[in-house]
Amino acid sequence: MAELTVSVVSADREVWSGTAKQIVARTTEGEIGILPGHEPILGILSAGEVRITPVSGAPLTARAEDGFLSVENDTVTIVAGQAELVS
Amino acid sequence: MGAQLRVYRQKIRSAQTTKKITRAMELISASRIQKAQARMAASAPYARAVTRAVSAVATYSNVDHVLTTERENPRRAAVVVFSSDRGLAGGFSSQVIREANELRTRLEGEGLEVVNYLVGRKAVQYYAFRRRTAAKEWMGGTDQPTFETAKDIADTLVDAFIASGENEGVDEIHIVYNRFVSLVTQTPEIVRVLPLEIVDGVEEPGESDVLPLYEFEPEVDDVLGALLPVYIESRIFNAMLQSAASEHAARQKAMKSATDNADKLIREYTRLANNARQAEITQQISEIVGGADALVSAK
Repeated sequence: MAELTVSVVSADREVWSGTAKQIVARTTEGEIGILPGHEPILGILSAGEVRITPVSGAPLTARAEDGFLSVENDTVTIVAGQAELVS
Repeated sequence: MGAQLRVYRQKIRSAQTTKKITRAMELISASRIQKAQARMAASAPYARAVTRAVSAVATYSNVDHVLTTERENPRRAAVVVFSSDRGLAGGFSSQVIREANELRTRLEGEGLEVVNYLVGRKAVQYYAFRRRTAAKEWMGGTDQPTFETAKDIADTLVDAFIASGENEGVDEIHIVYNRFVSLVTQTPEIVRVLPLEIVDGVEEPGESDVLPLYEFEPEVDDVLGALLPVYIESRIFNAMLQSAASEHAARQKAMKSATDNADKLIREYTRLANNARQAEITQQISEIVGGADALVSAK
């Protein structure tokens, strides 16, 4: 099955990177779920949590403030001035 | 003669003390460069992602956004100067200030009024001494910049830019900073951040790497509106990190040559002191011999 290549970056470092099966984020329009094969999208994140389900391992939750999310060719980049992993 | 020797010894001691200080500063800078470079590298993914997103939006939308369009009659231009808080870094601050002065002359030649924004105590002192006003100043922490400061600077600039038309606003924003080329070279650089020129040194997507047709959420305008301040922040933060790394590199170089100079001075003065000592001994011997001769011949 196809996988998503994910990287969560904040201004001063790369918070997390790896492959994932699914991502759920909250944009200004509402929650968005991303699976492999998603169309290219650029969305503005509203303050909230981004849930990542990695290919292996337990689900992760990251907090991202005033950032955005871009998806293209199964590559997901979550960018925020300040981001951190909650668990 | 003994006085001469004492003077030389004093100078040697003074050079030795200076050398201890400069050596310590050199070592501190050397260790901090590593950290500054690591921070620069760590912030690269962010800058890349932001730039990519901005160019994607700008390429695939023909929106006229406030931040991207050239003003018809620009009147005021903001110049942000990134200097250091402390001196003893060779030409670090002076070269960036010189560059800023050239930019100022050029902008005034174009009929623009220059508004200064200063980062770092050195630039603030320089402008204060010449009684030039600054719209806002940031001091402290130039050697270890934080994202909060970058955000503060960016917010101030974007606000001033958007407020244009009124008296307080600006129509262009330029930043002047030292770009970190390598450990031995740091070049002052001028970048116009607003209105936007997306092509500035950041790797552009190649031919094969065509940007996909994005779906925007919410609307293109909103996305661009939210992205651009972030882009400015990332440019400012990048400039600050580069400037910090350059500062450490410049200081290390300056302190290394100061240490070398102190070594040279110590060597030279030691030679002179030895000479003086020998001369003193020779004189004493000849005095004793002369005295003895005089005594002998007096008998």
